[in-house]
Amino acid sequence: MPKLNLAIYWAAACGGCDVAILDLDEKILNVAEAANIVLWPIAMDYKYQDLSLLPKDSIDVCLFNGAVRNSEQKELAEILRERSRVMVAFGSCACFGGIPGLANFSNREGILKRVYKTSPTTVNHEGILPQAETAVPEGTLTLPAFMNRVYTLNQVVDVDYYLPGCPPPPDLIWTAVEAIVSGNLPPKGSVIAGTKSLCDTCQRVKEQKNLKGFVRPHEIIPDPEKCLLEQGLVCCGPATRDGCGHRCIKANMPCRGCFGPTGNIHDQGAKLVSALTSILQATTKEEARQAAETIVDAAGTFYRFGLPDALLQRVKRREQA
Amino acid sequence: MTGSFEPKIVGILCNWCSYAGADLAGTSRLKYPANIHIVRVMCSGRVDPTFVLKAFELGADGVLVSGCRPGDCHYVDGNYKTMRRTPLLENLLRQMGVEPARFRQVWVSASQGEIFARIVEEMVKDLKEIGPYMRQGGEDLA
Repeated sequence: MPKLNLAIYWAAACGGCDVAILDLDEKILNVAEAANIVLWPIAMDYKYQDLSLLPKDSIDVCLFNGAVRNSEQKELAEILRERSRVMVAFGSCACFGGIPGLANFSNREGILKRVYKTSPTTVNHEGILPQAETAVPEGTLTLPAFMNRVYTLNQVVDVDYYLPGCPPPPDLIWTAVEAIVSGNLPPKGSVIAGTKSLCDTCQRVKEQKNLKGFVRPHEIIPDPEKCLLEQGLVCCGPATRDGCGHRCIKANMPCRGCFGPTGNIHDQGAKLVSALTSILQATTKEEARQAAETIVDAAGTFYRFGLPDALLQRVKRREQA
Repeated sequence: MTGSFEPKIVGILCNWCSYAGADLAGTSRLKYPANIHIVRVMCSGRVDPTFVLKAFELGADGVLVSGCRPGDCHYVDGNYKTMRRTPLLENLLRQMGVEPARFRQVWVSASQGEIFARIVEEMVKDLKEIGPYMRQGGEDLA
């Protein structure tokens, strides 16, 4: 069987997705056996110029991790899309925006002002801000332009498959690799993870949910057998896709929602509002308000991994619109 | 901004009290602005927060959710579900850049046509002041 050409690229990401690929342990050798790696910035040295010389469709699979934050990442996404037969949004950032996506609570102006001017540790008397172009005697120097917003991969280019998770667990990566190597691919647009919600498969004992308000993880030591929501923790399980192997739940921590919404949820945040308020015992508006105030940062908690994909923020590519 | 702007309001009303209240406003020939587009649901408890976000996404400038007064619910406690949901939804909307005046959750009984007309009037007036709904953040995808 001819070897597959594989590209792995990182955009606005922490690098954890690349490490997750290495977490395949000895199976990584099977990957190397089945694939030529044509681009993998974390592990190998390649020049972007070599990449742009590759012909169309010459890469069999591109695993793209990270959100799209600046013009360089956007350009690379476009170059890779054109040269890849299969484009996989790899990890929560590429799928829904991820943690970098929380920057969409602000914008370019606000972020640059905070980072370069007002943060307590900054000394910048001249108020210098980074510029995409700087004139020096030798010519013009350029930097990638910082965009106003963070985008998910499918807001920038067409995506074939989604592999969520922060980072995606090795068994799902292996499922994806096997499907690609065997050519046994699911329908375009598939999410390579579970179809049910996390709550649906959670083994914890669920009894009666009747809460006055919510607590934060550092305020209690949760019972390891009981439903975390029943204990008052904000667990994103009701509106989050299963497939992660319950890593957080097993560590006695509530779900943070990194697998994104299940297939039939339009907006993870709205569904969490619905789910969390349905277990309150409030009988007056005032009690309901007090309970709501116990969730310190509602939007940041419910859209922790998906703000650029939230209904009120979602951007459609021109051809989708 | 305020001159010719006519806000679009989506009113999601429960079948048993609020829709009947809106109907009463009509049959009593009360005058109120035509800016509200009414969607009838069986119970305000059925109003998933997704509906509210979807309305804004599709171009509404304001959303009004109205149910039976507490204790009057046709389904006994459907409107209590609405009541528990509202404050958290309001917090979420505020953080997502939707001004508080754009979302209102009220109680209107079947006999309160006049109150319904007044609520719509107030809401239209507030929305004319703050202008059309614009989503947060700029666009820079070519």
